Amino acid sequence: MRTITYRDALREAIREEMLRDERVFILGEDIAGYGGTYAVSKGLIEEFGEKRVRDTPLAEEIITGAAIGAALGGLRPILELMTINFSLLASDLIINSAAKFHYMFGGQPEVPLVIRTPGGGGAQRGAQHSQMLESLFAHIPGLKVVMPATPYDAKGMLKSAVRDPDPVLFIEHELLYNVKGEVPDEGVEYTVPLNRGEVKREGQHVTIITFSRMLHLTMQAAEDLAKEGIDAEVIDLRSIRPIDIDLLVDSVKKTNRVVIAEEGWKYYGTGQGLAALIYEFAFDYLDAPIQHVTGADVPMPYSKVLERAAMPNKSDIVNAARAIVPAALVRA
Amino acid sequence: MAISNATLAGLTRTQLLEMHYMMALLRRFEEKSAEEYTRGKIGGFMHLYIGQEAVGVGSIATLRPEDKVLSSYREHGHAIAKGIEPGAVMAELFGKITGCSKGKGGSMHMWSNELGLLGGNAIVAAQLTIATGVALASQYQGEDSVTVCFFGDGAVDEGAFHESLNLASIWQLPVVYICENNQYSMGMAVQKAWAVDSLLPRAAAYNMPGEQVDGMDVIAVYEAVKRAVERARRGEGPSLLEIKTYRFRGHSMTDPAYYRTREEEQQWRTTRDPIGIFEKRLLEAEAATQAEFDENDARATQAAEDAADFAENSPNPTPEELYTDVMVDDSTALAYRYERK
Repeated sequence: MRTITYRDALREAIREEMLRDERVFILGEDIAGYGGTYAVSKGLIEEFGEKRVRDTPLAEEIITGAAIGAALGGLRPILELMTINFSLLASDLIINSAAKFHYMFGGQPEVPLVIRTPGGGGAQRGAQHSQMLESLFAHIPGLKVVMPATPYDAKGMLKSAVRDPDPVLFIEHELLYNVKGEVPDEGVEYTVPLNRGEVKREGQHVTIITFSRMLHLTMQAAEDLAKEGIDAEVIDLRSIRPIDIDLLVDSVKKTNRVVIAEEGWKYYGTGQGLAALIYEFAFDYLDAPIQHVTGADVPMPYSKVLERAAMPNKSDIVNAARAIVPAALVRA
Repeated sequence: MAISNATLAGLTRTQLLEMHYMMALLRRFEEKSAEEYTRGKIGGFMHLYIGQEAVGVGSIATLRPEDKVLSSYREHGHAIAKGIEPGAVMAELFGKITGCSKGKGGSMHMWSNELGLLGGNAIVAAQLTIATGVALASQYQGEDSVTVCFFGDGAVDEGAFHESLNLASIWQLPVVYICENNQYSMGMAVQKAWAVDSLLPRAAAYNMPGEQVDGMDVIAVYEAVKRAVERARRGEGPSLLEIKTYRFRGHSMTDPAYYRTREEEQQWRTTRDPIGIFEKRLLEAEAATQAEFDENDARATQAAEDAADFAENSPNPTPEELYTDVMVDDSTALAYRYERK
């Protein structure tokens, strides 16, 4: 296998799907001439032309509605919203239209739409450009919300999303684009399902559930914990909706302890939703309260010092695991 | 009275009488809907089309079966005019499984893939953005079908209206935007809501043809929409029509319309009724007789009765329907795996 960046993995997925299916096209702000704000679509305009690589005006509501309409009309649009912060301008169309049409109209229309958008902080982009908003959308029946963390999953899940008959919100992370990882050679066909998490590291003492960029911090934290004799199992959710509860419950049955590590805010978010599900479906297997590592409950500050303080880090995860794994267990 | 071979707007006598029947049907259907609402057979919000029949009928008469229609929450008339059986529309109002959206949509959410009626939108102006995308799909696939999008004067105040017209114009999409200006967005008079007194400057702002049309004259509507549809079909891009009309009832079933005078309403009903105006025009052209109007009206009344009977006698959705169609593949719906008992 080759090692390529998350960005290149996404571009390969888009390109392969466009070659496979004439109905697949991409649209968004500055995706053609500019090559995409994060250079994901760089070069695609030269290969596919203006019909299939469409620069749009700076207007999130219409471009989202137009993508929904195009999907209803038989196409397979991949819409890029420049950042998830701007998805709020498109949220009416996503929540009131894309998510509801299939059900509300008695199962007749299908909306095979992919919306790609990066979220997350850590690059000093300030309060309006650093949010993790996945839980707003993961709350909504009728949507799929996925957040792959590795180049392999990014490529495989984007290909699945394009082929999926339902609307998929595909959330990337601004700090993941340069992350490298192993991916099969171009043209070697594989996909990753949209409804399955994955155990990225097996362990006995504690289950750390995470997703998106936090997976990488969690893997480092697990290495640190191993040096202390704490054997952590790391689960990458990959998909926020639907959520792979079976995978989580099976792991809890084994380790009896859970840390949830996410970059977003604590209250009413993804982690609390997960905790509630684990208490509902695996309460009897828990030997300790679930620990929850999150970002600080503040709008993201600009100052490098303050931003660093606002974001969860590796030692937060290590400390959370330490707090619920008894010394006796470690010695054994 | 002698029947001449005279035509109006190039329409044959048969076509003209069909349009008359459709207008009568929409009128009688809505009267029946109001009656059933009052009886408690229909719930939620319901917005009647009475008074605006000439707009939907005159517009949709210009279309081919493969053309698409998108509408607002006041769409019973568009649904029936596009070909959905009145029974399936009434059954939807009753929340029955035989409704055109399986009873899951209701008054504001009608749909037919087969007949190209793509909703029924209860978020004002959302349908403009979606219609723009449907038109993009036609253009992309090299089809010559046209998308017609109906909306009220209130939708013009939303940003989505402006964003849609701009995109359709720069991409030259085959879409016709039809504003049914019925003078009030709920209770807000259009003169107080719009910075300009017509849509013509808005059309100009987005570099597309605009036209103001008398929405109480079905022939005028037909002719104006036909021009716009043909232009779109030729690949010459979008148009914006402002069709001036009036809803004879309140905004919805629960609106007593305190914001306008009874005299104003009475004036419109007695002097500007679109069905009466059309009948007068047909009689003057010697294209039809009063007896034919009476027969159409009797048929329409019966069709509305039959629709209500069909709805009444249709089964409710089964409990299994609750969790059906959340996702195209319901096995990927959360509820399917963890909530379903």
